[in-house]
Amino acid sequence: MANSLTHVETALERCRRYRRRILDISQRGVVLHIAPAFSCLELVDAVYHDLMKRDGPLPDTFVMSKGHGCLTQYIILEDLGVLSEEDMDLYCKPGGKLGSHPDYGVPGVEASTGSLGHGLGIAAGMALADRVRGDNRTVFLVMSDGELQEGSVWEVMMLAPSLGLTNLVAFVDLNDFQSLGRTSETLPNFYPMKAKVEAFGWDCREVDGHDNAAILAAVRGRDRSKPMMVLGRTTKGKGVSYMENVPIWHYRTPSPEEYQQAIREIEGGR
Amino acid sequence: MRDSFARTLHDIGHKTKDVFIVVADISPAGSMAPFRNDFPDRFINVGVAEQSMIGLCAGLALRGCRPFAYTIATFAIYRPFEQVRVDVCYQNLPVTIVGIGGGIAYSTLGGTHHAQEDVAVMSALPNMTVLAPCDAAETAAATWAAVERNGPVYLRLGKAGEPDLTSKAIDPYVFGKIRRLRQGRDICFLSYGPITKMAFDAAEVIEKQSGATVAVTSVHTLKPLDREGIAKVLQEFSTVVVLEEHSPQGGLGGKVKEIAWESGAKCRLATFSLQDEFIHAFGSHAYLQERHGLSIDALTRAVLTPIAR
Repeated sequence: MANSLTHVETALERCRRYRRRILDISQRGVVLHIAPAFSCLELVDAVYHDLMKRDGPLPDTFVMSKGHGCLTQYIILEDLGVLSEEDMDLYCKPGGKLGSHPDYGVPGVEASTGSLGHGLGIAAGMALADRVRGDNRTVFLVMSDGELQEGSVWEVMMLAPSLGLTNLVAFVDLNDFQSLGRTSETLPNFYPMKAKVEAFGWDCREVDGHDNAAILAAVRGRDRSKPMMVLGRTTKGKGVSYMENVPIWHYRTPSPEEYQQAIREIEGGR
Repeated sequence: MRDSFARTLHDIGHKTKDVFIVVADISPAGSMAPFRNDFPDRFINVGVAEQSMIGLCAGLALRGCRPFAYTIATFAIYRPFEQVRVDVCYQNLPVTIVGIGGGIAYSTLGGTHHAQEDVAVMSALPNMTVLAPCDAAETAAATWAAVERNGPVYLRLGKAGEPDLTSKAIDPYVFGKIRRLRQGRDICFLSYGPITKMAFDAAEVIEKQSGATVAVTSVHTLKPLDREGIAKVLQEFSTVVVLEEHSPQGGLGGKVKEIAWESGAKCRLATFSLQDEFIHAFGSHAYLQERHGLSIDALTRAVLTPIAR
């Protein structure tokens, strides 16, 4: 177990560093979507560092279907050397290529997202091409729970198991928040989600979406005869007390004082 | 046209293993059978789910495939409009969206099945190519053009049984160029899609009644539009008539007027289109066209009434 603990500790430290990096970037201009980025951070981190085959002629693919969470993807791509520090310096600035939603053509960005409910269809198309060609590739994507309110998602929920897309692994960042408030209050019948997903023919597991080991166990133990959906229970704004579960942090940029407090809390969580 | 499309796609399927057809529970069943039998993995029916049809095509294209999405025109482009705009056009992917029953070909099915403004809507999208062949042979040529195009295409087709208009064409089919189908020196029709047949019929009547000679030109590529070719027609003929089965907004008529202004054309120019109204009537295709002022008689009268239109 010593190795496993080390692995989890490494992931924790990496995600702490990623949160600091996002907070640092937030002090250089107006930065939207910090709380949604913190919410899905461990899910995206696990995909890139533990689950994806990133090298070779047929690498796996990651689609950030929850486009507004893309700061998470950017800082991980920067850490992996796919994006440069200069790219990050020009985030949302003239001459830069990184915006508040990811744009296809940017290194490491496999699809343009930002309008919710598009990523799953695109990912299914990629997975279908791979299946037909016999290419051994897995397509990963992260959706938000609010995104599951788009009908287009459920079209593909029906379709993917019917097409036998066992090479598709979807994560849902289940933070129970959407722009105007709690999802469980906005649409009380939205939850529970797991039975709905299973009824559509997916292998579905619900885990603590901030727990690297739980995420990996779910994906590695999946039923490989079905597409998989991991429901990651998360906290919107995870790691910073005044952001956690407070809807305005979907949009707000921290003031210098708020930034200092956030850094103290992230460091204190060590 | 749909059978010609299916046959051509089957030919293309044999030449490249990257061609997929993704349908949303509407398919030229009989004529698509050879493709389906030969390439079962590459014929996908997503069910009655057009958003996933387009999304799936975008994903296939991101993997280097050449997908065709196929269903009735209204469902192919209006229901999944944002997928067409974002997944296909914004990402500039080689996806061809085939809309059958373009215009009001489904004349007994009601307004839900009329694609009256499809050319306007699709032409408004950056990166989109818009093709509207007039008969089966031109459909085959346009299908080849679509697969050779490295970007999004909207292929507007009629239904089935359209008459041959192009076997005696003066010009060959060239993507992006207007095409003279019938020779004449005085009057020229510019048209696209199956309604081009009406231009041929009117041309004959006009020639008999007036002694003027009448040309018919197929504007099969609506975007990118052959502005030079159209400017030349406006210079060459004393009367130019645009005929289209499309709303007066954003179709060919307005664009030809734009070109006429920019090129300082001196000819007489008349445009015929559907009205800017939904159709709450049922009957033959010709009956619906006539209700919107599109008939051989109406064209003939208007063209033969000297000037002052």
